[in-house]
This record gives sequence, structure tokens and C-alpha cells, in this order.
Amino acid sequence: MTDVTTHEYDVVIIGAGGAGLRAAIEATRKGATVAIICKSMLGKAHTVMAEGGAAAALGNADPRDNWQTHFRDTMKGGKYLNDWRMAEIHAKESPDRIRELEQWGAIFDRTPAGLTNQRNFGGHTYPRLAHIGDATGLEMIRTLQERGIHSGMEVFMEYTVRKIFTNDGKAIGCFAYNRADGTLHVFKAKTTVLATGGITRCWEVCSGSWEYTGEGHALAYWAGAEMGDMEFVQFHPTGMIWPPSVKGILVTEGVRGEGGMLRNSEDNRFMFNYVPEMYKPEFADTESEALEWVQEVIDGKLATKRRPPELLTRDVVAKAINSEIKAGRGSEHGGAYLDISWRDEEDVRKKLPGMYHQFKELAGVDITTQPMEVGPTAHYVMGGVKVDPLTQETTVQCLYAAGEAATGLHGANRLGGNSLSDLITFGKRSGEYSAKAAAEMDGWEEIPQSEIDDIIAETLAPFNRKGGENPATVVNELRKMMQEKVGIIRTKDLLIEALDDLNDFAARGKTTSPGGSRIYNPGWHQALEIDAMVDISRMCTMAALAREESRGGHTREDFPTPNHSHWGKINSVIMMGESGEMVLEHRTYPPMRDDLKDLLDASDLHEEEE
Amino acid sequence: MGKDVTFRVFRGEPDEDGDSCGEMVDYTVEMDEGMVVLDVIHQIQTEHAPDLSCRWNCKAGKCGSCSAEVNGKPRLMCMTRMSDIEEETPAGQPVLVKPMQAFPLTKDLVVDVSWAYELNKTITPLAGPAEFDWNFQQNEADRVQEFRACIECMLCIDTCHVLREHKLFDEFAGPRFFVRLANLEMHPLDTEDRLASIKDEYGIGYCNITRCCTDVCPAGINITDNAIIPLKERIVTEYYDPIAWVAKKIGLRK
Repeated sequence: MTDVTTHEYDVVIIGAGGAGLRAAIEATRKGATVAIICKSMLGKAHTVMAEGGAAAALGNADPRDNWQTHFRDTMKGGKYLNDWRMAEIHAKESPDRIRELEQWGAIFDRTPAGLTNQRNFGGHTYPRLAHIGDATGLEMIRTLQERGIHSGMEVFMEYTVRKIFTNDGKAIGCFAYNRADGTLHVFKAKTTVLATGGITRCWEVCSGSWEYTGEGHALAYWAGAEMGDMEFVQFHPTGMIWPPSVKGILVTEGVRGEGGMLRNSEDNRFMFNYVPEMYKPEFADTESEALEWVQEVIDGKLATKRRPPELLTRDVVAKAINSEIKAGRGSEHGGAYLDISWRDEEDVRKKLPGMYHQFKELAGVDITTQPMEVGPTAHYVMGGVKVDPLTQETTVQCLYAAGEAATGLHGANRLGGNSLSDLITFGKRSGEYSAKAAAEMDGWEEIPQSEIDDIIAETLAPFNRKGGENPATVVNELRKMMQEKVGIIRTKDLLIEALDDLNDFAARGKTTSPGGSRIYNPGWHQALEIDAMVDISRMCTMAALAREESRGGHTREDFPTPNHSHWGKINSVIMMGESGEMVLEHRTYPPMRDDLKDLLDASDLHEEEE
Repeated sequence: MGKDVTFRVFRGEPDEDGDSCGEMVDYTVEMDEGMVVLDVIHQIQTEHAPDLSCRWNCKAGKCGSCSAEVNGKPRLMCMTRMSDIEEETPAGQPVLVKPMQAFPLTKDLVVDVSWAYELNKTITPLAGPAEFDWNFQQNEADRVQEFRACIECMLCIDTCHVLREHKLFDEFAGPRFFVRLANLEMHPLDTEDRLASIKDEYGIGYCNITRCCTDVCPAGINITDNAIIPLKERIVTEYYDPIAWVAKKIGLRK
């Protein structure tokens, strides 16, 4: 019963969302043999759920846009904790990555001149997001999938990777099991790319699917890689809140990009009260100015007015909604009202067809005539595996990471639309450099049989446990705990409690008994995910406890303001210590080049405080 | 809140010949407001059967993973509200949930759709421009954007009698892939011609336009009228239109 099939590939890519597929296309183009391993079926990965668009300074919708402005917006939105080298590459290369998608068959919405149209989004100075209605992720994954299946990559669908093997600080392959038939597999790889997405399933209210249990992050950590910025989790301001069964499902920022207004129970457009000092010059301070801006956009004119405050960055809007709810001004079911019904019905249905459908089918709400009820939902992790900004190699040799699994581009808060463009920009780079490195290697390293035996035993262990808890119970309680104690607003006491609780969850995770067989058994799969969820939650909690300030996606009730002179310049780094304990350090990126510094808002940099 | 519902769910695996082998098992759970069928399945996994197999991902009708037959009708479990199901289910009867019947069974509600992935690979991909210098209008985009909305849930394949009853999987591409082929054939940047393969390899002639696929499409694609019929018309013009045939012979048409 413990037969193992061994495979050999130049490059093994774990994850088949936007980053993984783009990496596979590039690696095969460089002549590498490529395996792409995915937990779901091909084309179902998280990217498919992305809605609003992919940000790139094409300058089609507003010729004033350029990479410099995109760089500046990304750094400002990230509260300057971004790796500026990645932000520069992303701003410069993302336009060609978008054009390439069209060359491969993507059909984005058009401008009157027949070019790729772009929409407004939070934190972007100009309309910048290439989109197709509100189903841009589907367009991206389908385009890459249809290109990828003709590239020669070999797809391993419904496989879960459980371990990355290393030898002397170098990744040499991985172990996986087939979720459908329970078979066991060893992949020998010259290089390995982690494109495993995020971790937000660790929270009770999230926009993620079952796949987002953070195993990619955990695999890297267990293999010895350094993890960065794990305290920064993005709570998207607008998730559905009613009915209970849909709580957390994403409502695209595109609604606000198209003129959606946020109101509280007193019919007050509250975002005007929450404009941070650093954004005051760029945002409207009256409803009439905000409305004039929207009208200019609808009329296809270049905006001359300032933007509505609903288009502030996600961290700001999420906290504002949270504050309104806490102040007793929440909507009927405890959120905020988001209203696009003032716009022409036809426009709403053309620009936001998914939202129209989603609210109609799942909540019985017609968004062309009624406001939506929305509230914050755990959506994205800015933190992840630390990578070389050019090659995407992690601190473990021959192990690469791209997309949400990697960290650096987004700093303390990601701008909407910067994720889809991150996937294709750095997915391409990871594919290119992993294939180049593999080409310079002669063969595959032997993976010690004892290590294979150990991971097999661990993988099959849940079947030997009888009478334990249902794994779903442990997972549900862990998610509730993280929501309550490591959620959108954090305090020292609760974070310390969370660390204790996580020790309990780790122990409970080792005693669950799913029952059943190895054939497509969700209980077994879930039992195996708990270790990763616990370690990822611990990283987030530890880093959050250490960062005694509030910045971007990390808010401390006991330290409510940013501390620019100290925390504003350092990033947290987590790694495994010599005896297996989790170690936290703080570090600084290399100093920014002067020509890039000149692009930023001088007053934001707080250099006078040094 | 608080009301119980009983689901009668298929549990089983294929036998040695690959035929479905199993039984319908009843599970009762408590319902919460606004639940969809998939929520009930998850509730059953949590309370009664952790090993009940079912695919799902986005829970919002965007990924096309949770296709099944609920009360005999192919649909996405995540977009089927329990309030509607309660209305259609006769009083005192359980809600029936079965896997898609057109595909070979893997286990419980999960089926093997590898046929679809293999077939997709045989379709000649887009031949797009070599340089970044194209331009096309929204009305040209509109024509194919409808097809781009396909989430590959395979409900259209499940319901198509050419595949479900007649099992012509080797001769007929089925609605999902006519949607993809129509997308490619009508794509403003594509320069390939796939008509011969649509006629011969993909057997579009087997479709007799019963519109069952269009009826079950959760993405609302008008598969029959906008994808299949235009492809059939192109084939008629190319291969069976005598005037076009003469025009080609004397060089008036390519």
C-alpha cells in the first residue's frame, strides 16, 4: 500500500493559478521539462475568482499614466515597506505582460480607440486596471491555461504537495499524494517553483476557498526558507455579509471604481471622515466634487476633479467600515451599505455582471435598484516567502516563489489590481530563472529513502487514529480563534492568547481521525492541512505581536498610529531555528536609488525624523 | 433557522468494470438562513461523513467545480439556494443529490472529467499577432466575451444527450468545446481555420439543437444560438453551399 511513483522534471511548479501557469509557459519556452502540480483541477485555482482587473500603466484610458506613477502608487499604498526593487520591475514590466495575454487570446474590454480599456481602483492615481467586466481572473487563468496546455508542461491535477526535500540548503524535489486516488508520488526536480497562493482560510470570514490553507508558505518554511511580512494580512473592505452562508464572498472594488458609494445606517457617506493625512491632497472633500469626478469618468473624459474617498486604499476603507460598525452605525446585518444603484441599470449589468448575478442569486438583492450590504473579509496576505527581486529565488537554493506565496511587492498593503499583474510579472521571471538554473545542472540528486519513508508515514498517520475529533471541527475552531484574536484590530493580550491557543490546536491536529479510505477523502485531506494552518497562523501572530504600531494591513489597538522612524523602515523575517523553533528578526531593504526616491512624495518618507 | 432538511446523497465508487456501484444515503442536518445546496453538503461532512467526496472552490459560481445533479437537474451546488430547492421538493421527500451521470464515477459526488481536458488539448490554439500592434472595437469583443464567460463546469456536457445517452465521446466535442471553438473562430486576432475539424473530428453534425445545454448553463451563455448554430452555418457555407462551391472553383472565393 505504500507504493511510490517517482517522476523527474527539470522544473516542478507547485500551484496552477496565474503565477504557476505563467511560470510553466516561460520555463517550457526556455526548453525545460516542466511538471505543474495543483490541488484542484486545472483552471479552478484561486485566480479564477479575481474580479476587478490587472493593474498596468498602459496609459490607454489616461495618457498621463506611466510606470513611474504606478511605482509611486504601489509604494505609497504599501506604506513604504515594499521591496522597491520588485515595485520597480512590476511597474515597468506589467504592461507587456498584459499585452502578451491579449496576444494569447484574452479579450479585455476596449476603449473607444479599440485599445485595452482600464478602470479606476483604490490607490491608483489613474484608471489602470485592464478588465473584462468583473471576471478578469477567469479571463487570465483561461488564457494561460489554453496557452499552457500546448506548451508541453505536464499537469498533475488534484495532487497535494506535503514536503520539499532539501540537501545542504538546496531544494531537490518534493513529495505529493494524489487526492483522487490516494497514490503517493516523489518528484525529483532540479528547481522548484512555489506558486501556491495564500493563507486566508485561516480566518473565519474570508474570500478564499478550501485551497487557501497556506501549505505553500508552510512548505517553504519547513524547507528552511525565510518568510517576510507575515503580520500583513489584507482585509478587503467589501465582502458579502448576508445571508450567513455567503459571508466573506468578495464584492469587487470595481463597484467603487464604477462610482459605488459607501453609507452607514444614518445615510451618511462616511468615507469623507476617514481620509488619512497622506492622501488628503488627492481626494475629494465634498460629495459634489466626488460626483463630478465620477461623471468625468463615465463620460470618458480625463479626470480633472479629485477622486471619491471610497477609492482610498483597502486598509483605510476596511478600517473605516469596521469603525462605523463599532460606533453603532452599521447596516441591518452589521456592515455598511454599498450603493451603485444610482448608475444606469444597463451600465451596472455590463460593467459588473458577476456582482449583479451574485447578489441576485445568493442574497436576493437587485444591485441596480438596491444597495448591497458589505463588510471586511480576509482576502490576501502581503507576507510570504522572501525572494530575490530579480530571479524570485528564495533563501533556499533552487527553490523559487512567485505570486501571493512570495513577499516584497506589496509592503504593508496591496493595491487592488496589483495582484493579477504581480502573478504574470513575477510568474514569468520565476519560470525564466528556474529554467535557466535547471539548464546548468547535470542531473537529479538522490532523495534519501528514509526521508521518503518518514513523510509517507506522516501522510498516512490519520488513518491509524481512531476515535479522534473530526478534522473539520478543529479547522473551524482554529479559524474562529484567528478571526477573534488575530483579526482586523489586534491587541497584545489577545495575540499572546492566540499563541497559546495555537499550541493546543497543534496538539489537537495530531489526534484527528477522518475515517474512510484514501480515495477522494476530504476528511483525510483536511486532517493533513492542520499543521500548515497552525504554523502559518503562528507566523502571523508572532510578527503582529512584535510590530508595535499600526500600518497598512496591521492594526494594533494598543499602538494605533504608525511609527515612521522605527517600524516604518523595517520588515519582519521569520525562519526556523536550529531546534525547530520559530525565530523572528527585523531587517531593512537596501536603500532606494535616488532616481526612484524622487518619484515618491517627500513628506511621506519622514526622513526628517531620522 | 432551526429547520431540518434531509438529503439523500449518492455514496459509492466504481466497481471493477468501472460502473457506478453504491447506494443513496439519507442525512439530516439543521438549516441556516440563505443556505445553498453546497452548504448542506459541507454540513453533512462536518456532522456525519467527513469522507463524503465533493469538489468545490469559489462558492460563488465562478470556478465551476461543484457541478452535480440535484433533484435530477444538473446544476452548481453553490448557486442553488435551499429556499428554491424546498419549493420544488415534494413535502416529506428528501432532496436527491447525485454526481453528474455522463462522466465515469470517481467517488460519491466526484466524477472523472479527464476526457474534457484531453479533448481540449486537441483543439488548435489561437494564432495571434506576432507584434504588439493590434486594435479592435468593443463590438468585436462582445461577440466572443460571451464565450469567455464559460467556467468549465461541464453541466452542458452532462446534459447533452449525444454524450449522456449515446456516449459519443470519441466523435463529438460537446457544447463546452463548441463554445471554445466558436470563441477561437470568431476571435478578432485569430488567423487559423478550424472548420474542417469542427465538421469531422468534433462532429458538430450530431447536435440537433435541442438547447438542453443552453438551459443548464450557469454562466448564461446562449450556447446553441450563438456558438453552435453559427458554426453549423459556416460549415454549410464552406462545404455544402453550391454557389459558394462554384465561386471557389472560379476563384471568386478562397
